[in-house]
Amino acid sequence: MKSVEFKNVYMKYAGAGDYSLEDISFTAKKGETIGIIGSTGSGKTTLVSLIPGFYPAAKGEVLVNGKNVNTYELSELKKKVGFCFQHYYMFKGTIFENVAFGAPGATEEDVKEALRISQGLDFVMEKSGGLNEKVSEKGTNLSGGQKQRLMIARALVRKPEILVLDDSSSALDYATDRRLREAVKELKDMTVFIVSQRTASVLHADKIIVLEDGKMAGIGTHEELLKNNSVYKEIYESCTKEQ
Amino acid sequence: MKAVQKNNNKKTTKKLFSYIKKHLPFVMLSVLLAALWVVLTLYIPVLTGDVIDMCLDNGKTDMASVTSLLVKMGLCILIAAIAQWLLSVCNNRTAYRVGLDIRNDAFAKMNRLPVGYFDSHARGDILSRMTNDIEQVSDGLLMGFTNLFTGVLTIVVTLFFMLRLNVLITLVVVVVTPVSLFVSAFIAKRSYSMFKKQSGTRGEQTAFINENIENQKAVNAYGMAETEQQKFDEINERMAKYSLRAIFYSSLVNPCTRFVNSLVYAGVGVFGAIAAVNGGISIGQLSAFLAYAGKYTKPFNEISGVITEFQNAFACAARVFEFLEEKELEEVSSEEQKDAKNDDHIVSIEDVSFSYVPEKPLIQHFNLKVKEGQKIAIVGPTGCGKTTLINLLMRFYDVNEGSIKLRGRDIRDMSREQLRNNVAMVLQDTWLRHGTVKENIALNSPEATDAEIEEAARKAHALSFIKRLPAGFDTVLSENGDELSQGQKQLICIARVMLKTPPILILDEATSSIDTRTEIKIQKAFNTMMEGRTSFVVAHRLSTIQTADVILVMKSGNVVEMGNHEELMAKKGFYSELYYSQF
Repeated sequence: MKSVEFKNVYMKYAGAGDYSLEDISFTAKKGETIGIIGSTGSGKTTLVSLIPGFYPAAKGEVLVNGKNVNTYELSELKKKVGFCFQHYYMFKGTIFENVAFGAPGATEEDVKEALRISQGLDFVMEKSGGLNEKVSEKGTNLSGGQKQRLMIARALVRKPEILVLDDSSSALDYATDRRLREAVKELKDMTVFIVSQRTASVLHADKIIVLEDGKMAGIGTHEELLKNNSVYKEIYESCTKEQ
Repeated sequence: MKAVQKNNNKKTTKKLFSYIKKHLPFVMLSVLLAALWVVLTLYIPVLTGDVIDMCLDNGKTDMASVTSLLVKMGLCILIAAIAQWLLSVCNNRTAYRVGLDIRNDAFAKMNRLPVGYFDSHARGDILSRMTNDIEQVSDGLLMGFTNLFTGVLTIVVTLFFMLRLNVLITLVVVVVTPVSLFVSAFIAKRSYSMFKKQSGTRGEQTAFINENIENQKAVNAYGMAETEQQKFDEINERMAKYSLRAIFYSSLVNPCTRFVNSLVYAGVGVFGAIAAVNGGISIGQLSAFLAYAGKYTKPFNEISGVITEFQNAFACAARVFEFLEEKELEEVSSEEQKDAKNDDHIVSIEDVSFSYVPEKPLIQHFNLKVKEGQKIAIVGPTGCGKTTLINLLMRFYDVNEGSIKLRGRDIRDMSREQLRNNVAMVLQDTWLRHGTVKENIALNSPEATDAEIEEAARKAHALSFIKRLPAGFDTVLSENGDELSQGQKQLICIARVMLKTPPILILDEATSSIDTRTEIKIQKAFNTMMEGRTSFVVAHRLSTIQTADVILVMKSGNVVEMGNHEELMAKKGFYSELYYSQF
C-alpha cells in the first residue's frame, strides 16, 4: 500500500528565483524506511516539509495514502505525520509536558514508551524529577543530544502513520543513533523518513534518495547506489574516511 | 512578610528618588511654577468677592475701582495660564528623562548579566519589565509631579485664604476632609495589590507570546494551535480579571471623594449663609468661600487619582529595580591577581569546582594547564557536561571555586571585550541576528572589507550557497535565520570566526549539521586556522581526537581521564570503552 508518493514535484519558496526542488518522484510504501541524503542546502528539509503540507508544491502532486495533500483537512493531515525538526522547539514546563505536547491525552506510559524508542528514557529517569523535571525556556538545562531525543519522543508519542526525522540525530553519538534507528525499525506499520548527512543513518533504509542542488541524483538501496551512483559513493566515502 | 514588604517599598522609593535627583533643577522649577500658578488661581476668588461687594450697593458702584480689579484679574489669569503651561513642559521632561535613564541602565545591565541569568528567566518577562513597566513608571511620575505639587499647594493656600476670611466656617471644612482621605486610603490599598498582580500577569503573558512565536513551527506541525489558544485565553482572562478589579477599585475613588466634596460644599453653604445673614461675613466673601470650598476639595480628588496611578508605577518600578539589582559577573579584586603574573601557560584551570545548582555537584577540583598551540579534545557520551566546560571557559558562567586564567590573568578580571578578543567559538547552537549575510559575517569585525568577508566565506565553504541566495551577501536574514538550513547557518558562523581569529578557539560539535563532504573541506580550513593556536574541541570525530595533545574524557559532569590517545588506550579505562563502543 502506498503511504507517500511524490509525482514530478517542483517547489519554490515565495519570492525566490529558482526552484528549491525540481522534478522529484518516488513512492514510499507503508512501513518502509526512506533515507534522504545530500549536502547542506540540497533541499532535504524542503522535500520532507511538503509531506505534512507546510508548503504547497508549485507543480506536480504530493500524495499521502493516495490522496493529494492539498485536499486534506489540515488537522487530519497533521495527525498522520509526526514531524521532528532540526531545530529544538522547547516549551517552559516539565519533560512530560514537552513530550506530550502534540498528544494532549497521552498517559505516562505513552510518554515513557516514546522515550524508550527515542533512547531518552534513561537520561530522563536519571534526573531527580524524572518525567516531572522542569525544562527551562528554550531547554537550556538540557544538552543538544538530550533535547533531540525529547523532540523525537514528541513526534513518536502521537503514534503517527508517517514519521519524519529531519536531521534529528545530529547531536547524538553514533552508538545512540544506531540504537534509535533499530528501535524505530521495530514499529512495523510506520513509514519513516530519515534526513541525514551521515550515510550510517540511512544505510539500512529500504530506499535512499540522493539529493543534489534540489534535484534527485539517485534513488535505491545502499548497495545499488554504491554500485552505480557517483554522488552517493562520494558521500559514503567521505563518511567512512571520517570514521 | 509585611516587614519585608515595607523594607522593599523603602528600597524602591530610595532608588526612584536617586533617579529623580539627577533632574533636581527641573523639579525645583516645577515646584516654583506650581506655587505661582496656585497662588494666582486662588487669588481670583478674592478679587471676584471684592467686585461683588462693590456692586451690591445699588447705583453707588465705583466703576473705576471695578475696572482696575477686572484688569488685575485678567493679568492673574494670563500669568497663571503661562505658568501652568511651563509646569507641564517641566514635568514631562523630568518624567520621561527618568524613564530614559532607567531604560538605559536596564539595557546596560542586560549586557553585564551572566548568561546563566537568561537561561533561568523567561525572556518575555524581562522584555516586559524593560518596556511596559518602565513606561508605567514614567507615566506615574508625570501624573505625580503634575497633580501632587499643585494639589498639596492648593490645599495649603486655600486653607490660608479661608482662615483669613472666617475661622469658624474653615473649621467645618477641615473637619469633613479626613473622611475623604480615609475613603481613598481604604480603596487604594485594594487597588495596589491588583495593580501588582496585573503587571506580573502582563510579564507572564509576554513570555507566553514570545515562546509561541519562537515555537510557531512546532505548534503548527502538531496542530496544537487550539490548545495553545486555550492556555493563552486562561492567562488573558486572569489579566482581564486583575485589570478589571484594579480599575473597579481605583474608579471608586473619584465618586467617593466627590461625594465627600459635595458634603463640604453643602456645609460651607449652610454655615456661610447663616453667617452672612447674621452679618459675620459679606455676600462677596461668601461667594469667595464657596469658590474655595470647591477648589479646596478638588485636589483631594486629584491626589487620590494620583495615588492609584502612583501605586501602579510603584509596582512596576519594583519589578524594574529587581531586575537592575540582579547579581552580575564578579570581578576579582586587584590584590589577588598581582601574584599571578608571567605564566607561560596560555590557559590554566586551577582547582575549579562548579555546579549549576548547589545540590548537584558537577566539576570538582579540576586542574589543567594548556601550553600555547596545544589542541585539547573533550570527549564523552551525550549529556556528560562537555558544554559546561566551554561555558566556564567563555565565562558564560562563573566558577564556584578556583580560577581560570589566560596567560596568568584571571578571566574574571578581564572585560568581556578582552576575553572575546582572546577566545572565539563556533557552537552547536548558531547565533544570527537580523541583518544581511555580510553584516552577520562581519559581526565581530566591523572594519572588514568586502574582499575580506568574501575570502572568509570562501574559506568556510559558504561562498557558493551565499552566492545562490536571492541577493547574495546582501540577502537579509531574519533573527533566527529560518530561511537557511541549520548547516548553512553554521557555515556563516564559521565564516565569522574565519574573519577574526583570536589565539584561542573553541569548537563545540561545530560541524554536526554539515554534510560530511562539506565538513571535510571545513575541517581542512579549521586545521589551517588552528595551526599555532590553542584550541578546545568538543569532539565527536575520531580524527580530531587522535591528533589532540590532551584528551579530556568526561562522564556525568566530571573529567574522569586525561591524556593523549595512546596513553588513554593503554589505560584500558573509560576512554577505551568509549572508543570501542562508538567507532
